[in-house]
Amino acid sequence: MSERREVWITGVGLLTCLGEGLAAAWDHLDRGDPPPYDDKSYAPYIVHPLAPVNFDKQIPKRSDQRQMEPWQLAGVYAAGLALGDAGIAGKPELLDRTDMIVAAGGGERDVDVDTAILAGLRNAPAPGVFLNERLMSDLRPTLFLAQLPNLLAGNISLVHGVVGSSRTFIGEEPAGVDAVRIAQARIAAGESELTLVGGAYNAARWDVLLIFAQDGMLLRDKFAPVWDRGPNGGTAYGSMGAFLVLESDAHAQRRGARPRARLSATGSDRNRRRPGDIETTLRRQWDAIAAKVDRARAGVISGATGLEPATSAERDVLRQIGLPVRNAGTYIGHGVEAQFTANLAIACAVLEHGKLFPPTGTGDGGDNPSELSQIVVTSVGNWRGEGLAVIERVD
Amino acid sequence: MAGPTVEAMAAAARNKTGRPVVAVTGIGIVTSLGVGKSDNWAKLTGGVSGIRRISRFPTDGLRTTIAGAVDEVYRDDTSPAQRSERIAVLAGEEAIAEAGIGGKGRFPGPLCLAPAVLEVEWPERIKMAAMAAANGEAGYPDLLRVASDFAKIHGPFKFGIIGENLADHFGTVGSPISLNTACASGASAIQLGMEAIRRGECDAALAIGADGSLTAESLIRFSLLSALSTQNDPPQQASKPFSKNRDGFVLGEGAAAVVLEELNHARARGARVLGILEGHGEKSDSFHRTRSSPDGKPIIACMRNALADAGVSPEDVDYINAHGTSTPENDKMEYLGVAAVFGERIRDIPISSNKSMIGHALTAAGAIEAAFTLLTLAHQRIPPTINYSVPDPAIPLDVVPNVARDARVRRAISNSFGFGGQNVCLVMAREPA
Repeated sequence: MSERREVWITGVGLLTCLGEGLAAAWDHLDRGDPPPYDDKSYAPYIVHPLAPVNFDKQIPKRSDQRQMEPWQLAGVYAAGLALGDAGIAGKPELLDRTDMIVAAGGGERDVDVDTAILAGLRNAPAPGVFLNERLMSDLRPTLFLAQLPNLLAGNISLVHGVVGSSRTFIGEEPAGVDAVRIAQARIAAGESELTLVGGAYNAARWDVLLIFAQDGMLLRDKFAPVWDRGPNGGTAYGSMGAFLVLESDAHAQRRGARPRARLSATGSDRNRRRPGDIETTLRRQWDAIAAKVDRARAGVISGATGLEPATSAERDVLRQIGLPVRNAGTYIGHGVEAQFTANLAIACAVLEHGKLFPPTGTGDGGDNPSELSQIVVTSVGNWRGEGLAVIERVD
Repeated sequence: MAGPTVEAMAAAARNKTGRPVVAVTGIGIVTSLGVGKSDNWAKLTGGVSGIRRISRFPTDGLRTTIAGAVDEVYRDDTSPAQRSERIAVLAGEEAIAEAGIGGKGRFPGPLCLAPAVLEVEWPERIKMAAMAAANGEAGYPDLLRVASDFAKIHGPFKFGIIGENLADHFGTVGSPISLNTACASGASAIQLGMEAIRRGECDAALAIGADGSLTAESLIRFSLLSALSTQNDPPQQASKPFSKNRDGFVLGEGAAAVVLEELNHARARGARVLGILEGHGEKSDSFHRTRSSPDGKPIIACMRNALADAGVSPEDVDYINAHGTSTPENDKMEYLGVAAVFGERIRDIPISSNKSMIGHALTAAGAIEAAFTLLTLAHQRIPPTINYSVPDPAIPLDVVPNVARDARVRRAISNSFGFGGQNVCLVMAREPA
């Protein structure tokens, strides 16, 4: 077995309702400006749509853009930002061996076609036959490809030329955590030198919201910070694309790449979500990394989503741990599979600026450490999956 | 997060590259041919087709009316998620029982799963619409209004639901990984398990591919991409990989599970080693969303990566388990690829397609075909490519036409090439090198 190597974050690409790039997100968070959200288009539900973006900048061919639905556009765009930030965009000799792990869901459909078919089915004498006829004539073949979870990765290969290995993890929040965990483990073990990891989500669609409406997870009626949505609170889903370039330290040094941070630990686990399970798992995950954390110089970027009981459980554990805490989800919303990499991206911005952004709700707290050099990023899935990661400044 | 213990690393059997060797100690299979690997193997080597006329839903107005559905183990009103989970459980239980590992509901390693591509389906939408507006038209906002009440009756939809339910059922360790690399998914699941064992993270892993997603809409989507065979009559003869008159693939369903185990761990507990997973390779294609690069470079590199990872050369391979979908494009490209990798010798290497009998089980295909390849190594008998009556002169391969063949097979490679340009190859051997 090769010796364990360090894993650096050498590129970050973020696209959210706060705009594109880490600077735009940081500036908004640091100013404490009001979070941008939309409580009209999908009323009574509240979402954070993407800020306006010119997709041509990262996806120059209109023919490519036409083959993608918005979640794929956001992901391909953010992946391009990350590759550019890492200095590997447009370099075939590096892209040829850049591996990729994407965390993705799917579920985007043609809402107009579905609605018309549902209406027609009510009076159809033979519903199955009617459904066949309408699907055969109304489905667009290209939309199918725009819906497949692995086609975000496929489009990144096509548009940006990332053609090492390609894997897509599915299954809500844990998919995002495990994507980072496996990417890190592969690099640490010498199975990869360079891996693009991340995901994308589009909240601004009825068909996608329908999935989480089934568990009553959607925030409705009135916006409040993540921590302050009460016992019947919900999640304001947010459109986003979020990617990181992870790289072995030696590889990055050889090509003179600047590390934004060292990814020093990633953990993921699960339980059956009986009362107390979240707390037990999170606590165990913290205990596994606690020795690596310098409490005087560390802070937490929480992935809490506003849904109960997960949000209160995480708040309790973070209070016990006692590090300063901030949550960016109040601003960018919740991007499910993409949320963990989005929060890691924001943690990179926090390290770069050496300070936490102002508190965003009552679960946030703690003063800025004088020399902030480590960030713990958490993820407690709305339904399943607990995870965390530690990133730190590379001196 | 935890690294391997010193003892575990010292105890691991190493191959010549110094990594732990990954053995297979359990196999479970469900396909349209039947439930269980002995039934499947008997029919597969008997040249039996599992392709039938579709009975699950009306096929009026459809260009394709046949599939390799798994019908006997679930009712027609089950959802793709429920069906996929059911066959994953059957395959997983068979594999774990054979391996004799762990306790009941306590598998001592992670779950690496390639589940079917899931989404909210028509029966659910129709029921929600009825709840929302018994006598009126229902749009998506109405569906959302009743979604929570609907889910209380029928259960909520989740992309991760199969993996979570299987993790509960089998008691696997840690976060279950659900993945999708289209038609290569099942092979990717095995690959993730191999990597975890090689990294020393675990002594065993459970890899499963399971796809019970045949619905009218899934069939129609592939039909609209002109990917499916329309030679519906007789159904058993529609899937004819490498034949000149091939005209598309036939959708299949199925599941396979393999218990992967570090070799010395398996030996120490006296487990029977069914085969060795020697190497894996990946290579993505940036040519097109559904077509592979016309120069074949990505699939050539994928096979070479797998051979290199196994530490073997093309001369060491005795059998190729083809992706062999029966589409005009795939089979031509696969020939181009294997001809480039194996050179002149390709005319003498048997290469057969399980899909000629079970169709294309999508996310499960890579796992099912890896399982069949392991059985090929264990039984020293190569399953045929059936329906091979009109050879394609542009594809001069020994496809093991129509009848199974006894042969010396020490090492085999199984190919999986996916939509979206995601390719995975696995190299397997009968014995440790």
